[in-house]
Amino acid sequence: MAQEPATAKPLTREQAQKLLYQMVLIRKFEEMSAEMYTKTKIRGFLHLYIGEEAVAVGVMQSLGTEDNVLCTYREHGHALVRGLDPKIIMAEMYGKQEGCSRGRGGSMHLFDAKTRFYGGNAIVAGHLAMAVGMALADKKMKRNGLTCCFFGEGAIAEGAFHEAMNLAALWQVPVLFVCENNFYAMGTALRYTHAQTDLTLKGAAYGIASAAVDGMDLLAVMQAADTASDTVRNTGKPYLLVCNTYRFRAHSMFDAELYREKSEVEEWKKRDPIPGFYNYLMLQQLLTADDFKAMEIQAENEVQEAVDFAETCSWEPVEELTKYTYSENAS
Amino acid sequence: MPDNLITYRECIKQAIREALLGDERVFMMGEDVGRYGGAFAVSKNLLQEFGPERIMDTPLSEAGFVGAGIGAALGGMRPIVEIMTVNFSLLALDQIANNAATLLHMSGGQFNVPLVIRMSAGIGRQLAAQHSHSWEPLFAHLPGLRVLSAGTHEDARYMLAPALLDPDPVIIFEYTSLLNLENKLPENTGSIDISKAKVRREGKDISIITYGTGVYKSLEAATELAASGIDAEVVDLRILRPLDEETIIASVAETHRALIVEDASKSVSISSEVSARIMERCFYELDAPVKRLCGAEVPIPYPKHLEDAAVPQPAQIVSSIKNILQHA
Ligand SMILES: Cc1ncc(C[n+]2csc(CCOP(=O)(O)OP(=O)(O)O)c2C)c(N)n1
Repeated sequence: MAQEPATAKPLTREQAQKLLYQMVLIRKFEEMSAEMYTKTKIRGFLHLYIGEEAVAVGVMQSLGTEDNVLCTYREHGHALVRGLDPKIIMAEMYGKQEGCSRGRGGSMHLFDAKTRFYGGNAIVAGHLAMAVGMALADKKMKRNGLTCCFFGEGAIAEGAFHEAMNLAALWQVPVLFVCENNFYAMGTALRYTHAQTDLTLKGAAYGIASAAVDGMDLLAVMQAADTASDTVRNTGKPYLLVCNTYRFRAHSMFDAELYREKSEVEEWKKRDPIPGFYNYLMLQQLLTADDFKAMEIQAENEVQEAVDFAETCSWEPVEELTKYTYSENAS
Repeated sequence: MPDNLITYRECIKQAIREALLGDERVFMMGEDVGRYGGAFAVSKNLLQEFGPERIMDTPLSEAGFVGAGIGAALGGMRPIVEIMTVNFSLLALDQIANNAATLLHMSGGQFNVPLVIRMSAGIGRQLAAQHSHSWEPLFAHLPGLRVLSAGTHEDARYMLAPALLDPDPVIIFEYTSLLNLENKLPENTGSIDISKAKVRREGKDISIITYGTGVYKSLEAATELAASGIDAEVVDLRILRPLDEETIIASVAETHRALIVEDASKSVSISSEVSARIMERCFYELDAPVKRLCGAEVPIPYPKHLEDAAVPQPAQIVSSIKNILQHA
């Protein structure tokens, strides 16, 4: 099933293949993560993004290096697209000190100052107001960046969401709120958590420009994200972009998935963003089957290298247990 | 399962089931308690058995549904509110501290709040800093609350019923790391007294005073100490507010030594309070200074070796006690 070209700018072969590669890399990276979890190399909670790749890949294209990014605990894909080396992500998930958060955070807490990647936040809706504050700082310091904050639709039920939206609108700060609506907050479906299920109205209620997009369609997400980021950059005001998507896997590795029918999952899998974009590129003659095979091998190698690296990394000495509780240069 | 062994998870579930069967005013609400079966499968199939009026899935709105629990209690219901884990309880702390804990007093005794809030707690599953909090001391700080800690299968099974009979708000801490653990329930425990601590093991040489995940760890340590001829008593506080001072003092007056064990970080903790009470009440009974083994003063790190190092382990309890007795 080919996707309709939604974007105005035609893609070059190189751009097109890079986009597809980013989605493939996330997919392979997460499949490997699941395997390493069953091998108990990765512990704690592991939340997979499989099925939702087009959202992170699509939105991230509209961001620049001066922008800030905040995510939830389901953030491996965002970290990869943002440019974190798969090696330091995998090392983090192993809990090794070469990891991007020195192994302190694990899967749910990927951080990277170099790419302005502010987590990896595991209290639902806890990072939304922080995003507002980061945008406020940019505004006060007269910097150009915007702050992009990803969260699930479950977060919209929290008071913290509404406070953050109001503050962002009231203070007119450049935040791009990206709601990754995968229709389930753990086992609770959207219709059981929200009386108003049109999520764009939640932004509109605060006077925030809001739009929804098919989050399984990479090009559509890219175009919507471009419009959204341009609006934020041009007006300095917040924007709410709702990406409708679906997670193909369980909520975390502890989930028996009692709350949804297998057939529903299968139905959504027909809209898998990777074959969708693949078919489109084939139709546009921007990709060959051999290109794709090579791409898959390259991604597999990159992921294998990440695992090999994580294996050779070291554990932080236990003597350093209380390190990073306070800044080292604090008085 | 071999005869009468039961998991900690099943204990909690049976307690909830019994409560729902026993009183029509009882209902339970919380995130994913119904269709999902409970984040930790504690309430699996209860929705099917009792229906959505009595097993209510809530949105992610901790402040909202805890506040609604308080309101429903004022309105004559007997809600059991489940906060998925203690880590999310701070979103509802205003409701707990400013409404549940104060209404009776502020209203001059007119409005009591018969509400039970259950939450799973504790570290030990490599969930890192935001999901590994030991916040029992935070809640134990608040007058107006009764704070219970179910460190054993017995308490997981039998604390809920008396908590629901309490006219005032009760917080029950349950421990995720114990969920799969099997144990026997003591015979003839129809109900328990939620004003009393409990001596889990009698001994004459030293009192290990603890709660929560510290209970089984301390019992394990006591067994090991017995092999070295040291007879340790294990006192399970289990009621963190109001503290049962009498049981603590009686134990220390017998053993003349005390080690307090908890996962929460040391500063301003339950052990700070217990230690102070011992000093106030029976300083002259002591043959050695009171010692404490507590959590390290650090947000909890993800890797196993650091997580283990962040809270007391049985081996440390053993060596601390040997130390105390040598210096006695
Ligand atoms: C404040 C808070 N409450 C509860 C949880 C437990 N929890 C973790 S993820 C989750 C579901 C969140 O769903 P959603 O926001 O839609 O994001 P998704 O996981 O679907 O990506 C819940 C209930 C939490 N982490 N934080």
